[in-house]
Amino acid sequence: MKQLTIISGKGGTGKTSITAAFAALAKNAVLADCDVDAADLHLILKPEIRKTIGFHGLNIAHINKDLCINCKKCYDACKFDAINKDINLIPESCEGCGVCEFVCPVDAVTMKKRESGFAYLSQTRFGPMAHAMLKTAEEASGKLVTVVRNHAKELAEQQGKEVVIIDGPPGIGCPVIASLTGVDLVLIVTEPTLSAIHDLERILGVASHFTIPAVICINKYDINEHNTQIIEEYCRKQDIPLVGKLSYDTIMIDAMIQEQSVVEFSEGNLTKQITAMWHQVKEQLKI
Amino acid sequence: MIISIASGKGGTGKTTIATNLALSLEKAQLIDCDVEEPNANIFFKATITDSEEVVVEIPEIDKESCDYCGKCSQFCAYNALAVVPTNVLVFPELCHSCGGCKLVCPKNAITWRKKAIGTIEHGQRGMFDFYQGILNVGEAMAIPVIKTLKKKIDTRKDVILDAPPGTSCPVIETIKSSDYCILVTEPTPFGLHDLKLAVAVVRHLDIPFGVIINRDGLGYKNVELYCHKEKIPILMKILHSEDIAQLYSNGIPFVEKLSVWKERFQHLFNKIRLEVNA
Repeated sequence: MKQLTIISGKGGTGKTSITAAFAALAKNAVLADCDVDAADLHLILKPEIRKTIGFHGLNIAHINKDLCINCKKCYDACKFDAINKDINLIPESCEGCGVCEFVCPVDAVTMKKRESGFAYLSQTRFGPMAHAMLKTAEEASGKLVTVVRNHAKELAEQQGKEVVIIDGPPGIGCPVIASLTGVDLVLIVTEPTLSAIHDLERILGVASHFTIPAVICINKYDINEHNTQIIEEYCRKQDIPLVGKLSYDTIMIDAMIQEQSVVEFSEGNLTKQITAMWHQVKEQLKI
Repeated sequence: MIISIASGKGGTGKTTIATNLALSLEKAQLIDCDVEEPNANIFFKATITDSEEVVVEIPEIDKESCDYCGKCSQFCAYNALAVVPTNVLVFPELCHSCGGCKLVCPKNAITWRKKAIGTIEHGQRGMFDFYQGILNVGEAMAIPVIKTLKKKIDTRKDVILDAPPGTSCPVIETIKSSDYCILVTEPTPFGLHDLKLAVAVVRHLDIPFGVIINRDGLGYKNVELYCHKEKIPILMKILHSEDIAQLYSNGIPFVEKLSVWKERFQHLFNKIRLEVNA
């Protein structure tokens, strides 16, 4: 079983639309939405949830004011500024380390589990899907990404699927690292803008830091052909395969509004380009 | 006044709004808090004059004093320490620097080692003060970089914070304690879905907010309908235009070429100030 993660560094370059198209093209895949803090893949794949699993991220401190003697030891010890001078907890800042509980001389602080979100095992028209929902203002999205990835792997093993296709989050930090460690290939979706080119170099750095092979797709390549050439030149120099150049086409949004992937919605040029790219990616994955 | 620019969904135009809004003012402080992928200075073009490292503290084990009792690894909520019979393994990228391991160690075998995880850069462009945080490639923790960056806020000035995408910790760290938050969205189903998540976050943090619809006219009315229904002010609509997309792709703030937008952003800023001061 192989794993492919679709990432970008910069947000909004088209990761999810491309993942949805791959889901429609792949015949034997499990889908995973690892952009847990702004998950969108379900808007196209319309998963039917078969199983919901509660997700506990980090613990959270609870201060019992009846026991508190206002010694301020917890206030002094907290590295996250999560307890204010009046010894009230600031929940968004608490990272659940438990130092306050440890230093409290009167046992007024206890660490409690917090329900940070849910992980789902689902079925879509293209196969099984693992996804999740992080509750408002909850932390530990990297940990939830790992949960989703483990679910996707289990689904693939149980059902004998040959590939897990993972929709990754933007950025380069903790949830991104959790989305790509140990996968067989990353597909980086970029666009010919100076911002995306800047972010491309950083996300490639992350892939190489974790020694994961990367391939590149230039989305909307025709909005700035000069910048597209810069990216092509960069790929040649760095010896990174360019597996696709996709035209700018508002049909991508029309398909999204119809809750379809672009390859289901249209037989046009963009569908042909994405299909060709999928074959190249399959070749790289050796499936 | 501190205004943060956030979105939920990536690529909706946060940096576009942050830089164009800043450049429409006479002076301001612009701080790029998207430390994983900082892009504001591609547009803003401040001359960087100084920089400082962001360091966190990571435990270091004195193997002479350590008796491998395992208390530190039992305490660590982040699995950043593993104790085996004759060794203690430290995983720095998992450590949140809470200090717990040192507190619980009965042998005083833990000391701190400083580890650089990113950089803060500072620069100037005319009357504008610019800061950006840059997380080192391969590092997981954006929060300490954002926290260090936010210490640079000068409350005597008008401050614009460019937030990262998403709705979890780095976004919350950026926007909390802002006087106002502008949520940038686009008229697509993904834009709407992630806008709703972002609205839940700003409401949770009790920050006054309004919405800017970028690339308006792409053919989906539900974003506007949602805002009307929820009584969320639509602060501005920027019509989808090839000119603006071209300027963006080349790193040029559109207020520099289309001066009518400068007035619109000034008007927007004054409106927000009135609301914040009310």
